[in-house]
Amino acid sequence: MEYFLQQLINGIALGSIYGLIAIGYTMVYGIIGMINFAHGDVFMVGAFIALISFLGLMAVGVTFVPLALILVLVVAMLLTSAWGWTIERVAYRPLRSSFRLAPLITAIGMSIALQNFMQVAQGARVKPLQPVITGRFEMFAGDNFAVTLSNIQILIVVTTIVLMAVFWLIIDRTSLGRSLRACEQDRMMAALCGVNVDRTISLTFVMGAALAAVAGLLYLLYYGVIDFFIGFIVGIKAFTAAVLGGIGSLPGAMLGGLIIGLIETFWSAYFTIEYKDVAAFSMLALVLIFFPSGLLGRPEVEKV
Amino acid sequence: MSKALLEISGLVAGYGHLPVLHGIDLSVKEGEIAAIIGANGAGKTTLMMSIFGNPKPSAGRILFEGRDITDLPAHAVALERIAQSPEGRRIFPRMTVLENLQMGTLIAPDKERYEDDLGHVFELFPVLATRKDQRAGTLSGGEQQMLAIARALMGQPRLLLLDEPSLGLAPLITRQIFAAIKALNEEGLTVLLVEQNAYHALKLASCGYVMVNGRITLSGSGTELLESDEVRRSYLEGGASSPSADEAKKGAKA
Ligand SMILES: Nc1ncnc2c1ncn2[C@@H]1O[C@H](COP(=O)(O)OP(=O)(O)O)[C@@H](O)[C@H]1O
Ligand SMILES: [Mg+2]
Repeated sequence: MEYFLQQLINGIALGSIYGLIAIGYTMVYGIIGMINFAHGDVFMVGAFIALISFLGLMAVGVTFVPLALILVLVVAMLLTSAWGWTIERVAYRPLRSSFRLAPLITAIGMSIALQNFMQVAQGARVKPLQPVITGRFEMFAGDNFAVTLSNIQILIVVTTIVLMAVFWLIIDRTSLGRSLRACEQDRMMAALCGVNVDRTISLTFVMGAALAAVAGLLYLLYYGVIDFFIGFIVGIKAFTAAVLGGIGSLPGAMLGGLIIGLIETFWSAYFTIEYKDVAAFSMLALVLIFFPSGLLGRPEVEKV
Repeated sequence: MSKALLEISGLVAGYGHLPVLHGIDLSVKEGEIAAIIGANGAGKTTLMMSIFGNPKPSAGRILFEGRDITDLPAHAVALERIAQSPEGRRIFPRMTVLENLQMGTLIAPDKERYEDDLGHVFELFPVLATRKDQRAGTLSGGEQQMLAIARALMGQPRLLLLDEPSLGLAPLITRQIFAAIKALNEEGLTVLLVEQNAYHALKLASCGYVMVNGRITLSGSGTELLESDEVRRSYLEGGASSPSADEAKKGAKA
């Protein structure tokens, strides 16, 4: 029982990170119907920007952890958003009226370009960050196993909940969120209502990238090491999460993220760690057989 | 003397390399209802959408209040306060009725008037008030059409474009919609109306155009067109718009 609880905690923390990234996939898909395969690498760039900012702050002697965290968060979100904006601008927008596969191909190209760029700029070796957030609570101890909740896990879950709440409020309650949903439902009609569709699409990339940057920062703090390749596997899993939850659905992305995180953690804990990714992807295949449009996705027929 | 609010001259537009509109000249005067009638496929919708650059005109000019809006992007045309209730209504199906109406307010210059405008459209279409928190996709066809017009009105438009507002609607609902258009015009709103329902449209319009295969073949006042042989033969008697043809005969007897 204690072991199970511990895995549940670990799974939720990991799943939160996947969920934050999955939002970016699902939003872009919702608005322009493409899979932004470079999004995982935007997450990787976000993690690197966070790492570099931490090292920079330490070099200038900012050691007060909450202040450092907030500064790093702001810098990572801003710079990563700029990357997201630029990628859409240079790689996708010119191809928007091209054939359907064209942006998919540039997305894969962009993904490789970002990986190679980071490999050349930062080197191929794994980059460590000394632990920034330490400490853990022992929630309760069983016979021979103590369930613990680390401060970083609390930070991950709380940050994710707060961001999701803010994000949901923006999408559901503001004029901006309404315009975004309008573009999702009928782009031309949104334009007829006065929505600047290009700017709204840019904004989608910016918001997705900002959330990926937060995920990058949390990943860095949680695992303590990153390399130029993390965007690939984490990105694929977040994409899987988005599809699992129903691509195009925001709550679906979060739910999918949690499920993938939990499956991966439980599989590693109870079965074989080597096959955790196989388990996650098998789950996706199973779900898609029974729910072709994902758990919370809407059937394609409803599209107008 | 009323001046032209919308002035279209020599407009050529189409899809791909195939022109659909072959040099359209048309003007809508301030305060009037202008109607374009024409058979299915004549290019009426193409004209209404090419005002917003979709498809982009390859020749010709569109002036609005004397300003050239031909090359503006769609949202910028809308911000000139040209609101359209497009063919097929195109309400946002997964938003509530109220949210759809709020989408209409983006082009409104006076945001303070929101409550008044809302009250006004609910007065015009009371059924929308009772459905305001319902998902728009679940409305009936007639209700969706009312919503599409109401959404356009929420922007305090200078010009209202209506593309086949009676398409697929029961006669009773059609009459209700035309009554609303008439009332709006009496309040001073300028309207450009596209209809296959020629009788209703021309009765309402002070100025009408007949479009055939992407060309304006006939224009004149609404009553002139109603009495012209071409219109009577092609659009009023028998054929596609028989219900209105019946009414035309009744109207002629009365
Ligand atoms: N999106 C489109 N792509 C290609 N051709 C189109 C498109 N929309 C309309 N057309 C063609 O343009 C012509 C005029 O259509 P339309 O403007 O819809 O006519 P109307 O509104 O008068 O019925 C038709 O021949 C139609 O097939
Ligand atoms: Mg049409």
